[in-house]
Amino acid sequence: MRLPGVLRGRDVICQRAVELVTDYLEGTLSRSARRRFESHLAVCPHCTEYLAQMRETISLTGRLAPEDLTPQMRDEFVELYRRWTAEQQ
Amino acid sequence: MESDGELLLRLRSGDERAFTSLVERYHDPMLRLAASFVPSRAVAEEVVQDTWLALLRGLGGFEGRSSLKTWLFSILVNQARKTGTREHRSVPVADPEPAVDPSRFGASGGWADPPEHWIEAAEGRMQAGKLAHRVRAWIEDLPGRQREVVLLRDVEGMSSQEVCTVLAISDVNQRVLLHRGRSRLRQLFEDEFRGEAR
Repeated sequence: MRLPGVLRGRDVICQRAVELVTDYLEGTLSRSARRRFESHLAVCPHCTEYLAQMRETISLTGRLAPEDLTPQMRDEFVELYRRWTAEQQ
Repeated sequence: MESDGELLLRLRSGDERAFTSLVERYHDPMLRLAASFVPSRAVAEEVVQDTWLALLRGLGGFEGRSSLKTWLFSILVNQARKTGTREHRSVPVADPEPAVDPSRFGASGGWADPPEHWIEAAEGRMQAGKLAHRVRAWIEDLPGRQREVVLLRDVEGMSSQEVCTVLAISDVNQRVLLHRGRSRLRQLFEDEFRGEAR
């Protein structure tokens, strides 16, 4: 990824930290990168909040329940299944 | 709730209700995923219906090496890609799309306009049942590839490996798309609750 100069160094600063969050949560950072990321969090309440918000985003998204089938659609699928089993005879 | 494996066993022994249970479980998520590939709701519905038929036809050959869910969604994506006429905006992995608007950082890269608190407000509204429809709409507005990864990973709770299998994308690509999609959603939550928090 081409990033502005300020993001290329080894130091984790906020603008870089927000780009590392997914790799951090996915466990794909190297051990040293992970340590640098966590050291930054330890001194940066804003990035700590940001990470918590990304976790919350994942949690909220994970709570979306599928919409129920309408009775009409249910009937259509029963029909589909019966047609299919009839064809198997 | 019965597991997919149990439903599959019952379906193989010809249990009609096992079929409708699976449809109840996966029809809506499949429709949402298909909609990302094809130009209209009607076409998405056809694709999903074809997928259910393909499932029935393939029952005998399914070896259970992947989960039923992975298998089902893989069939769906193949059907959708065959049918799909919507041009996927190609998103090169190297194309920078920052997680946060660069103007929110100072010259040194530190926060100038830090994230506003919204977690408690969002929890409250989610538990009141007044947020889910907004989140659904935000996901639908994500660019296609991001939407697909977010739906499978975060809504359906699949593993990264399963998502890579279903969408036939690399692990790195999956992670970039997931990162962009989640980052965008986080921003939308922040925008939604701006000014509401303490």
